[in-house]
Formats: sequence, C-alpha cells, structure tokens
Amino acid sequence: MIRALVLLAMLIAAPALAQEERIVLGLSETRVSITADFQGSEIMIYGAVQRETPQPDGALGVIVTVQGPPTQVMVRKKERRFGIWINREKVRIGRAPSFYAVATSGPLERVLSETDNLRHQISIPRAIRAIGISAQAENSPAFIEALERIRRAEGLYAMQEGAVRLTKGTLFRTDIQLPVNLTEGDYRVRVFLTRDGRVVDMFEDRIGVQKAGIERFIHALAHEKPLIYGLLSLVLAVVAGWSASAAFRFVR
Amino acid sequence: MQLYLPIAEVSVNIFLLLGLGGIVGFMSGMFGVGGGFLITPLLFFIGIPPAVAVATGANQVVASSVSGVLAQLKRKAVDFRMGSVLLAGGVVGSAFGVAVFARLNTLGQVDLFVQLSYVLFLGLVGTLMFQESVRTLRRSKHAPVKRSRQHGWAHKMPFKMKFRASGLYISVIPPLMVGGFVGFLAAIMGVGGGFIMVPAMIYLLGMPTKIVIGTSLFQIIFVTAFTTVMHAVTSQTVDMALALLLILGGVIGAQVGARIGVRLRAEQLRILLALLVLAVCAKIATDLLFRPSEIYSLSGVLP
Repeated sequence: MIRALVLLAMLIAAPALAQEERIVLGLSETRVSITADFQGSEIMIYGAVQRETPQPDGALGVIVTVQGPPTQVMVRKKERRFGIWINREKVRIGRAPSFYAVATSGPLERVLSETDNLRHQISIPRAIRAIGISAQAENSPAFIEALERIRRAEGLYAMQEGAVRLTKGTLFRTDIQLPVNLTEGDYRVRVFLTRDGRVVDMFEDRIGVQKAGIERFIHALAHEKPLIYGLLSLVLAVVAGWSASAAFRFVR
Repeated sequence: MQLYLPIAEVSVNIFLLLGLGGIVGFMSGMFGVGGGFLITPLLFFIGIPPAVAVATGANQVVASSVSGVLAQLKRKAVDFRMGSVLLAGGVVGSAFGVAVFARLNTLGQVDLFVQLSYVLFLGLVGTLMFQESVRTLRRSKHAPVKRSRQHGWAHKMPFKMKFRASGLYISVIPPLMVGGFVGFLAAIMGVGGGFIMVPAMIYLLGMPTKIVIGTSLFQIIFVTAFTTVMHAVTSQTVDMALALLLILGGVIGAQVGARIGVRLRAEQLRILLALLVLAVCAKIATDLLFRPSEIYSLSGVLP
C-alpha cells in the first residue's frame, strides 16, 4: 500500500533566491494506519538537491529526522536502601519525543557542526529538551543518558549514521523503520542539507499516525464514553464466563 | 499471530495471551482464587504497561470468577449468605483502600508499597497454609481426624447468624471484618483478594474448604467488577481486546481447573495453592533484593 506522493511542483514554485541549493522531497507514505495486525512500518524518504548554479565547494551531507509527538517523561533511579532496591531520585524531563530516528549520509560529526546541531536540535541528546534538570538530582545528565538508552533498546530512538544514500551529489534516499509500539499523532519529518557541516537548507513535512478500524473504535469509546466502555467490558466478561460454563455442561 | 492492542498500544502474540489466560483460569477454577495476583505480574512480564495490566487483569478475573462460580454452584458449594456478608465488609474496605492508594500515589512510592505488600502477604499466607496442610496430611496417614468445630471468639460475639451452607452459627462481626480487611488489601494490591480470603475463611471463620472456594469466587466477582469500572472511568486503562483474549483462555482453563479440583483431596489442594503463592512471593522478593539490570525507569507524566 505504498502511495507515492511527490511534492516537486509545490517546491519549484517557491522563490529561491537567497539559496543556491534546495531540497525536493518525497515520502512513500503520508499516513500510517495502526490496525489490529499492525507490525510496524517502514517509510521511504527520498528526494533530490536542486541547483540553479554549478555545485559549490565543500562536503555535501544529508540528514533525515523523524520525530513522534513529544511528551513529558519522569525518569526514576533505583537505589539500594535497607537491602532492597527502591526508587529514590527522579528527574522530570520537559519534552522528549515519543519516537525519534536520525539517518545521515555520513558520520554525524562530519556532516553536522555542533552549532547547527544545537540550533536545529538534531542529534538524539539535543532532541530531548531538558531544561533545569540539574537542580532535580545529582548527576542529572545520567538520567538523560538512561532515557536515550532505554528508548533505543525499545526501538523508539535510532541513530543511523551513513543510512542516507547519496547519489552523484543530487539524489538521496533512506528508509526509516517505525516500530510496532507507536503512539498516535503527527510525526515530523525533517531533512537537512549541509555543506561542510553547515545547514544550507531544511525541509519539513508530516506523517499522520492514526489507529484505524476496530482499534480506533475501541480507543475512541474508552476515552469518550468511559462508563459505557467499563460496563461493556463487564458484560463481555460475564457473558464469556457464563457461556464457557454452559458450553462445558453441554459437552458433558 | 501478532495483535496490536488498542489501549495498551503494544503488539503481542495471540496464543501467548490465550495461554496466559488459560493457566490463570485453571488456577482460579481449582483453588477458588481470582488469579489477579498471577495475571498482573505475568502481564508486566510480557511488556504490558503496569496501569493497563492492573485494570485489565481485574476485568479478566470477573470472567474467570463467573465461570468458576457456575461450576461450583452445580455442586452447591456456594454460601450466598456468607458471601454477601463478606461483600458488605469488602465494599467498605475497598473504598478505604482506594483512598490510601491515591495518597501513596502522590508520594510516588506506590510500586514499592505494592511489591512489599505482595511479599508480606503472599509469604505469610503461603507459609501458614503450607505448614497446616503438611501437618494435616501427615496426621491423616495414621488416623482420619474429623474437622474440629472450634467454639472460639467467633461464637461469643453478638448478632449471630445461621450460615447453613457452611454449617456455621456465628456472629456476623468476624466475616464483616475479614471482608473489610481483604477489600482494603485488594484495592491496594490491585487483585481480587482470593488468596487472602480463602485461608481467612478456612482458618479464621472455620468454614469447610469445599464451600470456601465457591463463596470466595462469588464475592470476588463483585469486588473486581467494581474495580474494572473504576479503572475504566478514572484512567481509561482497561484494554477490551486484551481482556477478551485472556478471558477466552481463562474461561476454558477455569472449567478444567474446577473439574480437577473435585478429584483432589482438600489438603493436597491447599498444599498446591501454598506452593504457588510462595513461588510468586519469592519472585517478587528477588526483584527487590537483587540489583536490577536497568536501575533507571521511565514513566509518563500526566499533563
């Protein structure tokens, strides 16, 4: 079910005077539906670098990021007290993306300068916005590292250096793997074009991730009519319990 | 075959869920416990978020208890009068427990408190039951001993009531107190409370084991039904698809369990339940005692 959608025409129309190079982008899908048999999804992001003038000097780099809706996260650290492991210190992180994948055309430190990383919040630690956490716990950076480590292990954060294939300095493509434990919402796709680590152009698009079919119905009912949903769950349970009992009596 | 769960927002294997439901249902039918103390930790283990696991576990326990009660009912092994008295106490205790739970939640130590209560009560109940059953088994090898009718404190209090199915004529105060205490623990630990209720009825109220199971299941239905609706309304954490799969496995397991339970002797039944309770207790205790592989944990913050 790959719906190719090329946004060429839209982009060419934009007046490009200040920049010599621009990104033209396509996504293999603009919507991801989470159905009952959802197994995760792969999105192909492809595009081209458009130039009015001959190619300038400096190493060319392409960075693609996909970011899920950000939320607040509480990171807790266990410590041994009275012989048992219990939660002690905690750090509240203001905004952490629920999903974040970065793909680059080369090693990150080569294709992106630290200044532009800071400005555009591209690398995983930069994408986690944690302001004023140092007051909340000793060694607060360890909490951010833990958040990154745990989410990476769950496939929610990914850093793929060299995963963007760049052909003849013009065409590029990469695949981003969306894991099965996705949250609903708008996923922000950003593509950066860099020259010697400096961002020369940026393009942004969105992918809508939504539940569909029976998944959507159940989710909506649970949130909009919680009492009816709760009672329905009960009826389901009682009927199932009774019918199993009746079925067994019949079998005997 | 994988299935994406709409509320839990994870994808799990259908047969794994059916199997889990089946095992827990089997226990429920055999021992008369709702199985909440088993299903909830098992769901954590396969990666269901804790809040969803607790709420959905309660929903599954409703179904397996209904199925179990019906199986017990045919053998006239349910004391409705006793069940209602226990339930009356249970509702009061549960309401109190929910309030304490909310207070602990604001302090941020709910997990620890729940784990400690599991270790304490499972350990205590398991050890007592195991000792008692071993003693009874050993004695019965030499000479069959009749169940002694203690005329203790439960007979001296006022408001006496006749519980014909249990063969008891005692004051309603002890059952009310037992029901209240179990209801309180059930609300805090997120379980039906059968594993505490069953031994309490046998050892504190002196009810016959065969009646205890049906009666315990009868009152668990109402306690867990209340819990399910509360969770659905306050936190929207009941996953209907998850519950349905667990229930499908569970109701079948419960019927099989009830059949096998009839063939075993009461003491053997009690020894098996005691071992099961102790095993779960040991698992939770080791989690607390040993250094976890990841000492950091993440949780969402409600806006």
